Amino acid sequence: MPPLLEVDSLAVTLPGPTGPLPILHDVSFTVGEGEMVGIAGESGCGKSLTAQTLLGLLPAGAKVTGSARFAGTELLSLDTRRWQKVRGAGIAMVFQDPTAALHPMLTVGRQLTEHMRVHLGLDRRAADRRAVELLDQVRIPDPQRAVRAYPHQFSGGMRQRAAIAIALAARPRLLIADEPTTALDVTVQAGILALLDQLRAETGLAVAFITHDLGVLSALTTRGYVFYAGRVVETGPTGALLTAPRHPYTAALLGARPHGTQAVGTLRPIPGGPPAPGQAPPGCPFQPRCGYAEPSCGTVPPPLSPAGTDRSVACVVRPHLEVAA
Amino acid sequence: MTTLAPDPVAPDPKATDALARRRLLGRLRGRSTGRPIWRQPIAVAALVILGGWLLMALFAPVVAPYDPLAQSPDAYAPPSGTHWFGTDSLGRDVFSRVIHGSRLSIPLALAIVSLALLIGGLLGLVAGYVGRFVDEALMRLTDLVFAFPQIILAMAVTAAFGPSTRNAVLALVIVSWPVYARVIRSAVLTMRGEDYLSAARLLGIGPVRALRRDVLPNSVGPAIVLATLELGNAVLLLSALSFLGLGPRPPAAEWGSMVALGSQDLSMWWVSVFPGLAILTVVMAFNVLGDALRDRIDPRYAKGR
Amino acid sequence: MTTTVDDAEPGAVTTTASRPRPRRALLVFLAKRVAITAGLLLGVTIVTFGLVTVVPGDPVTANLSDQALNDPATVAAFREKWGLDQPLYVQYLQYLGNLFRGDLGISQQTGRTVTDDLFQYVPATMELAIPTMVLALLIGTGIGMLAAVRNGRITDQLIRVGALLGLSTPPFWLSLVVLYVFFYQLGLAPSGGRLSTDFSPPPTVTGMYTVDAALAGQWDVAWDAAQHLVLPVLVLTSLTVAMLVRFVRSSMLEVLQQDYIRAAYAKGLPTRVVFRRHLLRAGLVPVITVSGLAFASLLSGTVLVENIFGWPGLGQYAYRSATALDLPAILGVSLFVALVYTLVNLTVDLLYGLIDPRIRLS
Repeated sequence: MPPLLEVDSLAVTLPGPTGPLPILHDVSFTVGEGEMVGIAGESGCGKSLTAQTLLGLLPAGAKVTGSARFAGTELLSLDTRRWQKVRGAGIAMVFQDPTAALHPMLTVGRQLTEHMRVHLGLDRRAADRRAVELLDQVRIPDPQRAVRAYPHQFSGGMRQRAAIAIALAARPRLLIADEPTTALDVTVQAGILALLDQLRAETGLAVAFITHDLGVLSALTTRGYVFYAGRVVETGPTGALLTAPRHPYTAALLGARPHGTQAVGTLRPIPGGPPAPGQAPPGCPFQPRCGYAEPSCGTVPPPLSPAGTDRSVACVVRPHLEVAA
Repeated sequence: MTTLAPDPVAPDPKATDALARRRLLGRLRGRSTGRPIWRQPIAVAALVILGGWLLMALFAPVVAPYDPLAQSPDAYAPPSGTHWFGTDSLGRDVFSRVIHGSRLSIPLALAIVSLALLIGGLLGLVAGYVGRFVDEALMRLTDLVFAFPQIILAMAVTAAFGPSTRNAVLALVIVSWPVYARVIRSAVLTMRGEDYLSAARLLGIGPVRALRRDVLPNSVGPAIVLATLELGNAVLLLSALSFLGLGPRPPAAEWGSMVALGSQDLSMWWVSVFPGLAILTVVMAFNVLGDALRDRIDPRYAKGR
Repeated sequence: MTTTVDDAEPGAVTTTASRPRPRRALLVFLAKRVAITAGLLLGVTIVTFGLVTVVPGDPVTANLSDQALNDPATVAAFREKWGLDQPLYVQYLQYLGNLFRGDLGISQQTGRTVTDDLFQYVPATMELAIPTMVLALLIGTGIGMLAAVRNGRITDQLIRVGALLGLSTPPFWLSLVVLYVFFYQLGLAPSGGRLSTDFSPPPTVTGMYTVDAALAGQWDVAWDAAQHLVLPVLVLTSLTVAMLVRFVRSSMLEVLQQDYIRAAYAKGLPTRVVFRRHLLRAGLVPVITVSGLAFASLLSGTVLVENIFGWPGLGQYAYRSATALDLPAILGVSLFVALVYTLVNLTVDLLYGLIDPRIRLS
């Protein structure tokens, strides 16, 4: 059986002030039914744009090539009306900042029910009932009262729970969670992550979990994709990615991540910053920041090629990498 | 009056305070992502039009075919080869008068705006820097001025002091300084909020020096944008006052009073239409330029956001 | 302003009902506003009084003919009649005392009480201002929103140029142009005034001819009065719309950038629902503020427009009293206008609280 979502050779180009800017290059990944997959990378690496592409919400003038098949349907050739059927009911999204993603002037109940009624054809009464159930499902206390509240009356963690409830309202099969815990307190983060995991287990929901924090992936996801400058540079089972990275960038990301027990001195920030769109050097985009770069890295971008069971890496050098901690 | 009215940004009194801080923060950090002025065709057109008017004002006696004040028996002549814009009720050449009108409107608008900027800016600096009672008093004073529609207050002031060019300018300075005071005050408050001034104080830098070093340079951007937009406003208000007979005394060739002269007889449309178009082009050019500058200085308002 | 519950207390959801006594907060807020307004109005009287009495212009010369000016007895009588022979502070205190009794004094120009004058002229101006405001808000919001959703495209460009043109047009000139076209050339509209000479004003109820005539069942009068409204309302509306469009556009553009709009699309809502429910609601909040300003600028626009259309309203009254240095009338108009300003602002603030649940009176 084919995976629920199959993205193949996706490339996206946005219009820039001086000409088209290529943002995503040759991105391929899959998300299986009921599977939680991690997508990791620094900000600006194209993670969020990938999410926007999968919801058909790219800015005007964007050019897309490649393919993205969702439940047997090719998404990239949908017209507006068909897109509207997919959004919410097929693929739903949870945004990074729940405060910004909830309409400040509509009640939580209204935001929960409006698309439910469009997609599921429920009448007001049934939709209201389901709204209360959903809030209960995401562990919001006193859901009867919460449906009548406005988002500003919730705390940050409650807002994100409400946003997740809204995303789930029209029974989507895939949830794209774009850094859903980044804007929240650390103590609240764990609760949201546990909730997502539980929803996946209970309802068979597939989740594409976007994050800049590799560590978040370990507990939740089966497989992970590491993005750099609009490309997938490494993929594999999450555990393997975290313990035995094959790409220098993955290793560097892990090295730059603070650990509870780690001394500050052992944190190794990655020198430099990721290239701006259109500014990537020829060859491997990570090569200017890479400690293992060789002259051959500067010719063509290395393709993602198999490296052991279920793993692929886009690196021609493939150095032996040590991971701290 | 209607046209002066606030556009979304600067000159609107009520919005300034609420939003100024946030906007100024952006301006102060000097982000500018908008296209340079000379890459925006509309802004270039505005610059060309303004340049053209400035040249005409400078060389009016050369450009104008007739003496703007010279009367002739050829009254109410429609536009023709000899009188491009026709003649008015006293047989004066409308084209020459429109050209010469630029020698009044443009310099007077500049005078109004610079005076208002100077006075309002100074008061705003003082209010923002000293704070407390002085700030409170000055802000209530601006409230008071804002409680009148600009044209009504300007009308009352000019009428009281007697209609003349000088008094019209004075009146317009009186009605327009508070906008600058508020914007500059906000800039100062932002600086205070960002601890620049208290840091300066700790370093033993006196208030005057701190103002000159930090606050003034950072207020320049917003002040320039505001002043450009207000130039158009000043041209409009001035022409409105003289339309009402409260501006430069006849027989001066002032655009507003020329429109008024034409309003006496609608069949002589050319007497009103051409000076009106002159006002329109100058004001529009200032507005376009102000918008372009604002997009440049405050990218939040850039076109392609 | 906003009530946010700490994450420390994750279960808590506060609703309006549990908020501490909102009614009392409202009363305190209103009381403060009334006090501020009273202070402002007092300031207005001082400014106006000072302006008119301190400056070189002399109401005696402005009101008496040259012949009368040569007669010392007439001049003295005029001064005494209007209290101009008293010291300034006495004149001012007298004025204030009368003001508290609701007496605005007598206009030197019309010889009637200023209150009577206002009752006559204000409705005439309202007859222009109300339809203008309604039309301008509808058109301005619609066009501004259209420009925002078509951001950068040809529709947007045209709207922006149009709005800029409207902002840059002298109102008095635009009035003349529409008069020339619609009255002089096409003969479609009357030249000015409130009624044609063949009609007499309807019995006064509201002071607005169209309404009063309709109330009295005089449909021909109402129709004639309505025709006289068209051109001045057209001019005022186009100027007000120009201002509103720019504001609505930038406000809506800001909202369109918000995550919650993207979230609404991501839920699969049809575009028209996103626009009508999500965009319009959030984008209109700042528009409420600016509509207060629009109303204010409209009032000043009437000074010029009434002048050209011979409309006997507040604008003309203000103009004539200003040029005649008619102190009681100028004071009356100033006070009235300042009062309207503050009332409009108060309404705006209250509406804000009603529409945006985040805003609480504090």
